[in-house]
Amino acid sequence: MIGNEILLEARGVTVRYGLTVACDNVSLDLRAGEVLGIVGESGSGKTSLLTSLSGRLRPASGEVLFDVGGQGLTDVYGLSEPERRRVRREEWGFVHQNPRDGLRLRISAGGNIVEPLLMCGERHYDTMRGEALEWLSRVELDVARVDQRPSQFSGGMQQRVQIARALAHQPRLVFMDEPTGGLDVSVQARLLDLLRGLVRELGLAVMVVTHDLAVARLLADRLMVMKNGRVVEAGLTDQVLDDPQDAYTQLLVSAAM
Amino acid sequence: MSDNVSLRITGLAKTFTLHNQGSAVIPVFGGLELDVFPGECVVLAGRSGVGKSTLMRAIYANYRTSAGHVLVRHRGEMVDLATVAPQQVVDVRRVTLGHVGQFLRVIPRVPALGIVMEPLLANGWSREDAEARAKALLTRLNLPEALWSLPPATFSGGEQQRVNIARGFAFRYPIMLLDEPTASLDPANRDIVVELIHEALADGVAMVGIFHDVDVRERVATRDFVISAFAAQTPVEVEAA
Repeated sequence: MIGNEILLEARGVTVRYGLTVACDNVSLDLRAGEVLGIVGESGSGKTSLLTSLSGRLRPASGEVLFDVGGQGLTDVYGLSEPERRRVRREEWGFVHQNPRDGLRLRISAGGNIVEPLLMCGERHYDTMRGEALEWLSRVELDVARVDQRPSQFSGGMQQRVQIARALAHQPRLVFMDEPTGGLDVSVQARLLDLLRGLVRELGLAVMVVTHDLAVARLLADRLMVMKNGRVVEAGLTDQVLDDPQDAYTQLLVSAAM
Repeated sequence: MSDNVSLRITGLAKTFTLHNQGSAVIPVFGGLELDVFPGECVVLAGRSGVGKSTLMRAIYANYRTSAGHVLVRHRGEMVDLATVAPQQVVDVRRVTLGHVGQFLRVIPRVPALGIVMEPLLANGWSREDAEARAKALLTRLNLPEALWSLPPATFSGGEQQRVNIARGFAFRYPIMLLDEPTASLDPANRDIVVELIHEALADGVAMVGIFHDVDVRERVATRDFVISAFAAQTPVEVEAA
């Protein structure tokens, strides 16, 4: 269920790489329990926006505000570096397109899942072990493989470990960048269903970047369409997809299979 | 304003602009006015292409309106779906405004029973109660029990549609939109849907529907709403409802 309080807000965020403008004056807000999809072609600036909103790339101009510790909206880039790292570690979760970017391949699957808990201060071994097993079964992996390294897992299994790692410490906000990209269709469907279930069950606020409109339709309450770093259209997901107003969105929707 | 109107449409217009097809502008309808009260089933009439489904989609906020208002009584207040924030549309659809279309939008891997339970769980029902209600509806609609635990992707058209109807009628929405719910059903199941509609009307649900099946239409309609051809075009004769 979508709450009233705003968790994350962007005000006129502009991201530049040298002379190239990746995101141009983007504003948005995200409420508790809401899933916002960002779609657009490659190079439209959606990943740059996500990176900037998730505290990993300072915008050239504009502000990123987050409800830090439930104490009200605070400028993420006004925080000290250690404090910003704490927010990212404890209050946010990340799911990268490539599981190897989100996992540590040399420690066990179970270790990967509970490491964020450890960083949030959990010290009790049995609790962590229990959480690891619980999350493995939640993401439909064989609990007997808890001590194996992710490098011994298939891509789809690695992605499920990454999702467990991103959610186990109960973040308030999760950023996802193409969470089902690079997976075959049957694995994609399973992962999507899993994500959809977890998002509802845990009441997560999610910002998900995807170029796949079917993924957006299934997961997102609201959609933003980006082109050349700008938001060309935004609104209710099915409204944007079924009755697109902007020329680019119409092209995008008519090109989708 | 009458104090118990459930759905009020005023000055509603819809025009499509196709930017990639020579910026073609397609006016569908304009200036529509309609009030729907509790216990009424208003059936949309008018020749094919006159915009019946477009009106349904505009009421559900699936299409944007070009002008006018779609007011629904939501949590005791009139909310204009043409102007409210998307988050509130999500809430209106969860609590107040139900929709049964011609086809089930299949969600990969979710079993039939789960699909029917979803609207109930979203409204705070316990898993146990939701399951009991879903099972009762699927039984009534003659969906074999062996299918309940399977995702409907492989079901026949009629079976999928019965799952769709069960989902649509599981939670008691005060306002319901029915877009040809009986199109792919055999006569026995069509009778059940007519029963479900009558029960909802008796509970005070306000309905708007499209039914091409004359028999069903006559049995459920409390009145017709004729959409006339768009004002800007030359008037066309409307088929008698």
